[in-house]
Parts: sequence; C-alpha cells; structure tokens
Amino acid sequence: MADKATIIVHSGDMDKVYSAFIIANGALAMGMDVSLFFTFWGLQRLKKGGLDKGPLSKMNMLGLGKWMVKRKMKKAGVASLERMMQDFKELGGKILACDMTMEIMGIKKEDLREDLIADYCGVGTYLNEARESTITLFIS
Amino acid sequence: MAEIKVDCKGETCPVPLVETRKALRKAKEGDIVEVVGTHPASQKEIPMAVKALGMELIDVQENDGVWTIRIKR
Repeated sequence: MADKATIIVHSGDMDKVYSAFIIANGALAMGMDVSLFFTFWGLQRLKKGGLDKGPLSKMNMLGLGKWMVKRKMKKAGVASLERMMQDFKELGGKILACDMTMEIMGIKKEDLREDLIADYCGVGTYLNEARESTITLFIS
Repeated sequence: MAEIKVDCKGETCPVPLVETRKALRKAKEGDIVEVVGTHPASQKEIPMAVKALGMELIDVQENDGVWTIRIKR
C-alpha cells in the first residue's frame, strides 16, 4: 500500500488553500495517496466559482494585498488554484466535504462542485483516513 | 519504446514535479520520460520522486540554469 497524506483544509484563505494543494500535489507526484477534507471556511472554496475567492490571510487590505500577491505569483509562474485542482484530480486525489459545515452554513450539495467531491462525511471518515496515513495536517 | 518530452521551463513549485508524475503515469513500462526545466529545487526533488516511485533515473544534466532529467518507467 502506498503512503498516504490526509489534510484538513479548515481555512478558506487563498494562501492557505494554495499551501494545501501544493503539499497535496507534491505528495501525489511522489507516489502517495492523498485525501483533502474541506471543512468550515475551507468548504467555502468548494462552492461553484469559489476556489480562488478567499482573501489573503495577512495584509489582504480589502483585496489590494491579494491582488498584488496574485500578480507576483503570476509573474513567478505559479499555477492557478483551478489548475492545481485539475492536477490533483488527475493524479487520483480524493476530496471530502464536511457535512456538518454544510448544515451549519446552509450549503446544499448543488451549491458545491459535486463532480469533484468523493464523499460528504464527518469526523469518523477523517479519522479512518488519518489512522492509515503517514502524514496528516491541519491547515487553519 | 516511446520517448516522452515534458517542458517545464519557467514553471515553479510544484508544477515540474506534478507534470513529471503525469507523464510517468501515461508512459508504458520501458518508456523514457525526459523533463526539461528551470526551477532549481525540482532538479533535486524529481530524482527523489523517481526513487520513491521505484523507477529508474537515467541521468540529470544541467546547463546554464536549464536542467534535463531522463527517467525510465
């Protein structure tokens, strides 16, 4: 069995979602299995059209800071979050959506990008994935 | 046996690693994947991934900041 990484994406901030996908895609590229568990603010990023809508975690300055960082990232050749998501799926990564967050925040399945989501689940599923993982991270 | 070329020049972390993996997944046993890029850390990290995947690293060359890595699936 391949090594596995299970990552909780609790933050919806753009830079932190980037961190999650960079680690996840790196792990997939090195032959590991990866599950991303999107919960709370992170789950907002799975809404239709929401993947890169998160603010910058620091110095967002009503979006000005985010705009500046995005411009620098583009210049440095950093891939978009959408491309990272496509690569994640192509390399066999699994996306899990927290069903409690959906209930609290009034998010319906049809509000989310259902084609990307493998399962709608709770903490038991996370633990089942994490207990067989060599790496587990919480992105807050 | 096919030779698959991947051009990652100008791309940064983690794209060269990811594009290498995508090409290796599509390759058949015995195929050669040749990756060309400029991201410095990937020159060391792609060989790490090749080792982790249990594939064969043929060679790594570097010229003027552009590296070429050849891998046998």
